Amino acid sequence: MKSYFSELFTGAWSLILGLKVTIKTMFTPIVTVQYPREKLEITPNYRGHIDLIKDAETGTHKCISCGSCQRECPSDCIVVVGEKREGVKGKVLTKFTLDFTKCSLCGACVEVCPTKALDYSNEYELAGDARSDFYFDILKRVEERK
Amino acid sequence: MNVEPLEDDRHHRFVLNMGPQHPSTHGVLRVLLELEGEYAMHLHPVLGYGHRCHEKIAEHKPAKSFMPNTARMDYLGALIYNQGYAQLLEKAAGIEVPQRAEYIRVITAELNRIQSHLLWYGAYLLDLGAFTPIMFAFDDREHILDILEDVTGSRLTYCYHRVGGVSKDIDDKFVSRTRAFIERLRSRYTMYEDLVNGNVILQKRLIDVGELTPQICARYGVTGPLLRGTGVAYDIRRAEPYSVYPEFDFEIPTETKGDCMASFMVRYREIEQSLRIIEQALDKLPEGPSMAAKVPKKLKLPAGDYNSSVEAPRGELSYYLVADGSDVPYRLKVRTPSYSNLSTVPETCSGMLLSDVVSAMGSLDLVIPEIDR
Repeated sequence: MKSYFSELFTGAWSLILGLKVTIKTMFTPIVTVQYPREKLEITPNYRGHIDLIKDAETGTHKCISCGSCQRECPSDCIVVVGEKREGVKGKVLTKFTLDFTKCSLCGACVEVCPTKALDYSNEYELAGDARSDFYFDILKRVEERK
Repeated sequence: MNVEPLEDDRHHRFVLNMGPQHPSTHGVLRVLLELEGEYAMHLHPVLGYGHRCHEKIAEHKPAKSFMPNTARMDYLGALIYNQGYAQLLEKAAGIEVPQRAEYIRVITAELNRIQSHLLWYGAYLLDLGAFTPIMFAFDDREHILDILEDVTGSRLTYCYHRVGGVSKDIDDKFVSRTRAFIERLRSRYTMYEDLVNGNVILQKRLIDVGELTPQICARYGVTGPLLRGTGVAYDIRRAEPYSVYPEFDFEIPTETKGDCMASFMVRYREIEQSLRIIEQALDKLPEGPSMAAKVPKKLKLPAGDYNSSVEAPRGELSYYLVADGSDVPYRLKVRTPSYSNLSTVPETCSGMLLSDVVSAMGSLDLVIPEIDR
């Protein structure tokens, strides 16, 4: 009988203690962010899909179309094509595409690049409604970028 | 699916599918329940809905390329899975890892473990019908994700550890943010204890539910917090020390009863022990490179068998590699803890109230992609 009442009392007290926490929290600042209206700043180290870096001096990318990234990619989602042109030393990049539907963002391509031509983009709002939304033409992207 | 025929017609059993989309299974696990009234008399877990042939994929590409796949097996303990795999390849190829890299691995892996426990804490209580705690747990967890995002570049399926080190060195900002987080989480203990751990409803739902014994654990190969909840202080970080764990002073929390409350308390107390390890590691953090100087582009795996075991948030994780001399594994076997932990369910949960089944299965902390790898 005695233990019944003591259990009743400690049980009720534990609920009151819990309620105290929730009531206290009611008066603390809100920590949630109303996402589409407010946005948190994302860290520059965030690893989005890859992009070619635009070199400020030459105004173009540093890719030499060696194809290391294509070979290193575990998911085979990069295609690099280059061609020889007269009067130009080395190969000229003609195609660089990324199939983002297969990419697992491991970063192997960025680490293997001999000229450090690749970097991660900071884009994270990448929802799309068709598969074709995720076939990125990386070469076109770097040319269009200011 | 064969459900055994009823022996006696008077007891009509009702067959119910829990899952594959039931909220308390946290993934695509299906459990066939045979109910008598409100009692689950027979349970049959049906696996394989999320099977992606990870082990087979490993046999078809260079060993290094499998690293991103390890994170997809256990999305809550991705860094620990990374660490185990990196260790395996280092063991096979004979690569020395710099001390600093080992420390960084331990710090990030322990942060990952806390993150996993916090998510389990919130989600488990959500299964039991308490909505508030998950908000607090996710608030804390968000801080870890931000810290890890800054250094690894991703928030869930990390691919940060590399063969021979880590992909990016940590900086002072990481250290100060981690120290601030440790302080913050410690200041929240009283709140968690008042809100959750002492709560009479929680105690009534956890105590004496889903009891395990060391014998059952040994028979099914149960490891991790569930085993430690039965009083066996078995933790790979102590039993078979790897990386730089022998240098740290930490306890292995154990309870004796083996019920849901025991594993609940073990996990809760493990958070503090992980914080202690991180604190010591930050104090001792040596200077130096974070990546081994010479890691061959094409790993040479001499023919033979290699094994690497680490303590994942849910128990023992083992990678077993059979190499034939090329850089592609001949066979890679991954022993994941949740698979063994789940296998106790038919034995321990039969005859339970349906609501207790949810409680007992939640305490297993199942991550389904790890079972259906």
